Amino acid sequence: MNLTLKIWRQKSANDKGKMVDYKVAGISEHMSFLEMMDVLNEQLINSGEEPVSFDHDCREGICGSCSMFINGEAHGPVKGTTTCQLHMRSFNDGDTIYIEPFRAKAFPVIKDLVVNRSSFDRIQHSGGFISVNTSGNTQDANATPIPKHDADLAMDAAACIGCGACVATCKNSSAMLFVGAKVSQYALLPQGQVEAKERAQNMVAQMDAEGFGNCTNTGACEVECPKGISLSNIARMNREFLSGAIK
Amino acid sequence: MASKKQGLSSIGRKAIMALTGFFLMFFLLQHLSINMISIVDGDLFNEVSHFMGTNPLVQFVLQPVLIFSVIFHFAWGMYLEYQNNQAREVKYAMYKGSANASWMSRNMIVSGLAVLAFLALHFYDFWIPEINVKYVQGDMSGMLPGADEFRYYEELVHKFAGQPIRVALYVISFVMLSLHLLHGFQSAFQSVGYNSTKYTPLIKKLGNIFAIAVPAGFVLVALVHFFNH
Repeated sequence: MNLTLKIWRQKSANDKGKMVDYKVAGISEHMSFLEMMDVLNEQLINSGEEPVSFDHDCREGICGSCSMFINGEAHGPVKGTTTCQLHMRSFNDGDTIYIEPFRAKAFPVIKDLVVNRSSFDRIQHSGGFISVNTSGNTQDANATPIPKHDADLAMDAAACIGCGACVATCKNSSAMLFVGAKVSQYALLPQGQVEAKERAQNMVAQMDAEGFGNCTNTGACEVECPKGISLSNIARMNREFLSGAIK
Repeated sequence: MASKKQGLSSIGRKAIMALTGFFLMFFLLQHLSINMISIVDGDLFNEVSHFMGTNPLVQFVLQPVLIFSVIFHFAWGMYLEYQNNQAREVKYAMYKGSANASWMSRNMIVSGLAVLAFLALHFYDFWIPEINVKYVQGDMSGMLPGADEFRYYEELVHKFAGQPIRVALYVISFVMLSLHLLHGFQSAFQSVGYNSTKYTPLIKKLGNIFAIAVPAGFVLVALVHFFNH
């Protein structure tokens, strides 16, 4: 198939950046979206132009590295998928495709489609941990009984790969789905109770300091999340935070 | 350690929106109940209005709480919208909001400002004249000048009878209120941290009923007085 691509090009963090049109031909419907980008980049390299920079790593939908805001949606039009798992069969011959970086003040563009998501790391550092003795005296996994229901919910929250699609898609650039998932995965387990009070306080404080917007419960994040993280995690974070604040 | 930001957190801010929202929804229900009386029994409407207008508990406890909630809900809503707008400095060339969120949830500022505009009309129509008569002129009797009956029902009817433009503005405003409530009702529960697989679907259904029935009730009152007089 032949496509017209409208891609955000930005030389560096300080460059103003603009949308640039490219044409690619002979794209197979079996290619992944990133493979299509590879074809474009080879074309650009062969003609002596600067290839388009984009983030990618595992290319199997688990690392959270690939981003891209494709045709107005984070990770493109298919729900529950990362960009690397999006295939060209989701598009038609002759389509025009908009490809932009994940946009938020807290995700500054480094180059082209690559954004700096280390604000997520700083939020994790502020509270996304538990204090356990790792000196080698490993406790038996079943020594602390955990209800299956809670273990499942914690696992669902921990499925978050921190890709930032929630922020990119939110009309307010809010990071609450990410932080909600990271708070929840510990809040649901007994091991997470030791730091429970400070965790939500500190992670939310860091989230606010990073300049993410406020949540207005549109639910867009939940729809666009490649891992299907539920909005109920945000409610749990709200509970953890509000109850922690009055303790 | 996290750098603690001064002032209210983002979660505190949205909890305030939710709590003032809850109070305003409770107020809407109370206001509608009294308005409904006006289409059934004019005398009873007069008596209830006089009670609400002169009872010290209503006037000096509930009314200030209401005014506080109204101001807070509007001012914070606009402030949060500004802040949220700042959180994305460069906008997308293509943004498909309808792919993942309802129009209502994405346009709370639009429906909210429409309700604010309505409130200006409403204050001009009722609240300012009422405060003027009672507290500026000092007439707490609630009587029609030169007649032996209460003025409230007359005032209400006069605002709608033969006033198609005002009635139309009321209808449009309440459609906007309905759109606001379609998202706001269930959103308020989520904001204070309530989300359960058991009751959230019920809350959403109740929210839809509330968001349609309550504004429809206000519209009904306006239409009845428009067509009956």
